[in-house]
Amino acid sequence: MKPFQYARARTLVDAAQITAKEDAIPIAGGTNLLDLMKLQVETPDELADINRIGFGEIEDSDDGGLSIGALATNTATAVHSRVRSDYPVLARAILAGATQQLRNKATTGGNLCQRTRCYYFTNIDQPCNKREPGSGCGAIDGIAKLHAVLGTSSQCIATYPGDMAVALSALDAQVKIATPQGGERTVPVQDFHCLPGDTPWRENVLEAGEIITAVTLPPPVSGTQIYRKVRERSSYAFALVSVAAIIELKDGKFSRADLAFGGLAHKPWHDPRITEALVGQVPSSELFDRAADILLEDARGFGENDFKIPLARRTLHAVLEQATEDAA
Amino acid sequence: MTVHFKQDKPDKANRLDDMKQGVLGKALPRVEGLAKVTGTAPYAAEYPIADCAEGVLVTSTITRGEVRSIDKDAAFAMPGVIAVIDDPLLTTRAAQGTADEAPQQEPATVCYWGQPIALVVAETFEQARHAAKHLKIEYREQEGAPLDPQAVEPEEQEDETVRQGDLAHAMAEAAHAVDVTYTTKGHASAAMEPHAAIAEWDGKTLTVHASLQMLNYNISELADSLDMDEENIRLISRFVGGGFGSKLGVSEETVAASIAAKQLERPVRVVMSRQQVFQCIMRRSETTQRLRLCVDSDGKLTGFGHQALVSNLPGETFAEPVLQSSHFLYGGENRELLLEVARIHQMTAGSVRAPGEAVGMPALEGAMDVLAEKAGIDPVELRLKNIPEKDPEEGLPFSSHKLAECLKQGAEAFGWDHGPRQPRHTQEGEWWVGTGMASAARVHNIAEAKARVTLKADGSALVETDMTDIGTGTYTVVAQLAGEMLGLPPEKVLVDLGDTRHPRGPGSGGSWGASSIGSAVYVACLALREELADRIGIEESELELSDGKASAGESLTDLLDGKDLAREGHYEPGDIEDDFTASGFGAFFAQVRVNRFTGETRVDRMLGAFGFGRVLNHKTARSQCLGGITWSIGVALTEALEFDPTDGHLVNCDLAEYHVPVHRDVPDLDVIMVEERDPAASPIQAKGIGELGMCGGAAAIANAIYNACGARIFDYPMTPDRVLAAMPD
Repeated sequence: MKPFQYARARTLVDAAQITAKEDAIPIAGGTNLLDLMKLQVETPDELADINRIGFGEIEDSDDGGLSIGALATNTATAVHSRVRSDYPVLARAILAGATQQLRNKATTGGNLCQRTRCYYFTNIDQPCNKREPGSGCGAIDGIAKLHAVLGTSSQCIATYPGDMAVALSALDAQVKIATPQGGERTVPVQDFHCLPGDTPWRENVLEAGEIITAVTLPPPVSGTQIYRKVRERSSYAFALVSVAAIIELKDGKFSRADLAFGGLAHKPWHDPRITEALVGQVPSSELFDRAADILLEDARGFGENDFKIPLARRTLHAVLEQATEDAA
Repeated sequence: MTVHFKQDKPDKANRLDDMKQGVLGKALPRVEGLAKVTGTAPYAAEYPIADCAEGVLVTSTITRGEVRSIDKDAAFAMPGVIAVIDDPLLTTRAAQGTADEAPQQEPATVCYWGQPIALVVAETFEQARHAAKHLKIEYREQEGAPLDPQAVEPEEQEDETVRQGDLAHAMAEAAHAVDVTYTTKGHASAAMEPHAAIAEWDGKTLTVHASLQMLNYNISELADSLDMDEENIRLISRFVGGGFGSKLGVSEETVAASIAAKQLERPVRVVMSRQQVFQCIMRRSETTQRLRLCVDSDGKLTGFGHQALVSNLPGETFAEPVLQSSHFLYGGENRELLLEVARIHQMTAGSVRAPGEAVGMPALEGAMDVLAEKAGIDPVELRLKNIPEKDPEEGLPFSSHKLAECLKQGAEAFGWDHGPRQPRHTQEGEWWVGTGMASAARVHNIAEAKARVTLKADGSALVETDMTDIGTGTYTVVAQLAGEMLGLPPEKVLVDLGDTRHPRGPGSGGSWGASSIGSAVYVACLALREELADRIGIEESELELSDGKASAGESLTDLLDGKDLAREGHYEPGDIEDDFTASGFGAFFAQVRVNRFTGETRVDRMLGAFGFGRVLNHKTARSQCLGGITWSIGVALTEALEFDPTDGHLVNCDLAEYHVPVHRDVPDLDVIMVEERDPAASPIQAKGIGELGMCGGAAAIANAIYNACGARIFDYPMTPDRVLAAMPD
């Protein structure tokens, strides 16, 4: 582990000042960051401990939605009564991830910023354009079972590994970000993460010194909420494919179909064309296939992860069938 | 006084059953359990040793070649760095089990990616780790190191080869025949405690706290590595946080800590990172196995063929003994068995839990299921029909044989439906539900062992041996055994293990620990009983001891008359090994569910019935069986080492990415112990149990997957991608 300075921020302004420096990183739960520091993947000169700057509350918003503080733990969020009753897809997604011990430490903001599990990213003696720009990608011709099939680039085929953000994407949540100038900006979760392109090191839209303060959920909507995570073991495994869905049927037709997908790309995958294709239609296997065709139109496997393409199709079928049955 | 007993013939006296204390076999909790769960049992790295420097291994980033230079000056410029050691005595691989000599040394020669090449020592662990990662190393790389076992000409392991009769002819003539090829991926031991050592050097004697399974062999491996006399080394492993084969031989950190302590004249601790444990200890080899089985119209095997390809580094003697139980489990007069090893430049292949049967049995028992279906015979029945009277290759009698009982009792308790078996008979929501079964077999191993038992003047007893307890319950069963023989409650028996100053045993490995060391303790206790009987003036056979008293009323303390009485037991397996085939046997039954959309498989319930001789402690034995079945779930569904195709490095090298079963993957497990006395296995009539519980269980799950959803898969582990690829529409 590279030696580093540690500073405890007392306020958001403190935190912004420290993290605006080059090679300074905020630390909250540290469940991902500390592991990566031990592996020398993350080598900050300075850590700003933001655990005492506030922003840990989960509160009702004026518009009837819910504001989840950036420092609320994943456990606190998953067990919150309004999350459980109004946004169950979020509770389910969080509980499908990691372990109880990790969820007790992990925070909303930290979870959004968690880094990929690509084996080549976490091994500093292997090439990785994300970790070391220009060094190449070990995964493209290597072991790529976990890797992306959508939105990849010749530079990087890593996935965003989390579950929570997939549910937030389906819920169309917003990320509130404090800027170092003392301002605030809001970014939809759907736009928060980036595709790798030619800048795979850039994983989200946060600029230096910017700190997430909250995630806000819109007022609750009616319908069935499902989080479906496919994995080879039933706990503490990252998704091969996951689907977050908020679905409602009226008069035998889909009236709502908000979907997001995990395990397929460098970000939670959201494609409004799928919603358009489903809403107003009567559920059928053919319709589900059409939705899957849209989702997977540009999908490309890298050998070992080819299976994700049919798996995503089948999982989408499973979710839409379940939602249809729930509605019946 | 040492009493030597060499077992040349079966011991049918069963003296243990004459004893009166009544503690042997009881389900007693582990005596060191409280210390372990409260964190007061020190593991190797946890001994508080003053002025201890910290060492971190540096590993290669090339696959094959030479280290040309290491820029030590740059490292010394970093804070806290004390030394950069690239001594030619550093070892680059762990020793194979029972090697008894130094493993490969000369770290400048690189044979696999991730091989240790140097040690950085610093004042703190963090400083050492930082410097280790920033050491500038120049290599001369040798291109084209073979990595694919299928792409090289393999070497035949000739002592495994069997050719009896004419298998090809038998296959052609048979009523039913199957010819299938299975593959298994590499496995890791993945013990909780990482490999670690603290070495102290006083100018003459080297004392090393290490995490090792077999001190008797490890001390000579270490001495040979350091070019020292064994007499000047003391190895201590009182508590070991799991081994599963990975700590059979002395490993790189123990040798490196020792070299550093000698050079620096200061205690040095070296703890491997989790990634290093995965990358530079041992892998179980991947395997490719062809099974050819054929039966006559009655379902009797007429032909049995099993050939396997495994891999290892050049120069390693170990070849995953895939065929070990295939040699005797089933009949079939036309036989062809062949084991080949491909030399590739991946990390060392060696012993991982139940070497051989752990992967050989899942393939064989999968093929037996295919055969049962083809022949239209119930899978349990097919196995019952083909249990041989005697070893089909050697012609030897079996020491004991509980396969039939295990199959019958297991089927009964599981509720096995002997009716016709059709895949996809039960659907519950999205899930196909099915059942499967498999036989279990694991060869019985036993080895020479010594232990000293002292009756203390105060009426307690002390057992001393270098035997280890790697989490299996050795402390507890040794106390029970000595207590039973000497008429003492186990709490009156102090067991002192894991120190090479004690009489030597073979250590823990190959499931031989309890029967080997138990036999030495038995021999010592028998000698003590003879002395006590002599003091009373009766025959030993007339002596009854319980709760510190002899049957005639004499108390143990009176008989000892204020003096300790000690005997060293020396047990040695004799010619008996050439007269019998000895193995543990069993049967597995599993019910699984397979998701029709995603191919995810979850185990609903599983049962194992096992016969392995005398049960020394019903709780620790059952726990071993539960652990074995849990390993089976991993082999069947999730565990797979993945190696990079370009440089051969192990990519999934931690417990987040190498998927052992976790709590939610392990359902209610049921264990039946079919207790027996095996007179030829050991003088305590016990056989090994540790590994038997995983030898074949993966096939019960694989066969259940087929029965559930119709996907017949020939590649372990059966991950969702493979299930989906094989699932009929």
